[in-house]
Amino acid sequence: MMHRHRLATLLAAALGVGLAPAGLAEGTSAAIAVTDAWARATPQGAQTGAAFVTVTNHGATDDKLIGASTPIATMAQLHRTIDDNGVMKMRPVAVIDLKPGASVTLKPGYMHVMLMGLKHPLAQGASFPLTLTFAKAGKIETTVKIEKLGAMTGTDMGNHGEMNSSGMSNMDMGGMKQK
Amino acid sequence: MNAKKNLVVGVVAFLVILGVLIYAGGLWPGNTGGPRLPSIKIGGPFALEAGDGSTVTDRTYRDKWQLIYFGYTLCPDACPTALSDIAGAMTRLGPLAQKVQPIFITIDPARDTPKVMAEYVKAFGGHIIGLSGTPEQIADAAREFRVYYAKVKDKDAPNGYLMDHSSVIYVMRPGDFDFVATFTHETSSDQMAERLRKLITSS
Repeated sequence: MMHRHRLATLLAAALGVGLAPAGLAEGTSAAIAVTDAWARATPQGAQTGAAFVTVTNHGATDDKLIGASTPIATMAQLHRTIDDNGVMKMRPVAVIDLKPGASVTLKPGYMHVMLMGLKHPLAQGASFPLTLTFAKAGKIETTVKIEKLGAMTGTDMGNHGEMNSSGMSNMDMGGMKQK
Repeated sequence: MNAKKNLVVGVVAFLVILGVLIYAGGLWPGNTGGPRLPSIKIGGPFALEAGDGSTVTDRTYRDKWQLIYFGYTLCPDACPTALSDIAGAMTRLGPLAQKVQPIFITIDPARDTPKVMAEYVKAFGGHIIGLSGTPEQIADAAREFRVYYAKVKDKDAPNGYLMDHSSVIYVMRPGDFDFVATFTHETSSDQMAERLRKLITSS
């Protein structure tokens, strides 16, 4: 199901290339593809949120993801979640290395773009722009789709429990690759 | 004179030994589970504040299975996952959910006021109650549940810090508020609901 969805997303992205205005849906440069950007809806009054995205290096040389920004938050930062014997720790990540052919998927329990100082709550079904900065490819803008509160994947169809149990037990599900 | 002193020492020693024997033997009132060291006990009394200003303690929901989870509202990953898992489990439990009370306790009382907590948990559904309190009340509650938390400086974060914290959901039995099981934010709604259903129906 996730494969099919992913195919559909890719297809939509491919078809959309010639039609969509710049910066809509999927961001690309010659070498770097930014895909499947999604975020969790946030409760009223929440100061922070998390966005997740897949970055793929289709180029022949190394690149690095070095930063993020969005107009909907005062600060966007790459973060890693560390489970230290049941103690959850969040730490900033300065750089995500992207070797040629590498694809890194930020996802819950692993890494996220931490959105700090949200200017308004993230409402399910809405979307917002996110700009990722790469050492070589420069800035790439993508559109982040807001999924439901506590969603585990960008393809969450409202059945969180099942997505969670399968998604967490099989980290490679849906063709997601970690570097 | 000397004999009197010896008698006092003897009585004190007797009382101390008696006390130790009673305690170790599990005869102390309230320690009904037989010999048990206090150091392994998880969960205990707490008194915290709800969004409407009322005090909620470990006794408030003694007729229900209580799910106790500590976290904070600025947490973007583990806490929303855990809370939506809990809310999902409550939905799956159907009418049995009436026998369960999930409680989300902040370990960041400086930013998470009782009102912030109440507003935050509302978005998840599942009748979760959000509680805060004074730093001392939070520290007391966290100590009872062996929950670790610490401020971590992050100059970009709101107020300049994030929190490290234990992410464990404690299942406490109705009546005696005894600790019976744990879940984590990685436990799915289905797994939680299944375990809770077994606990509720076999009790």
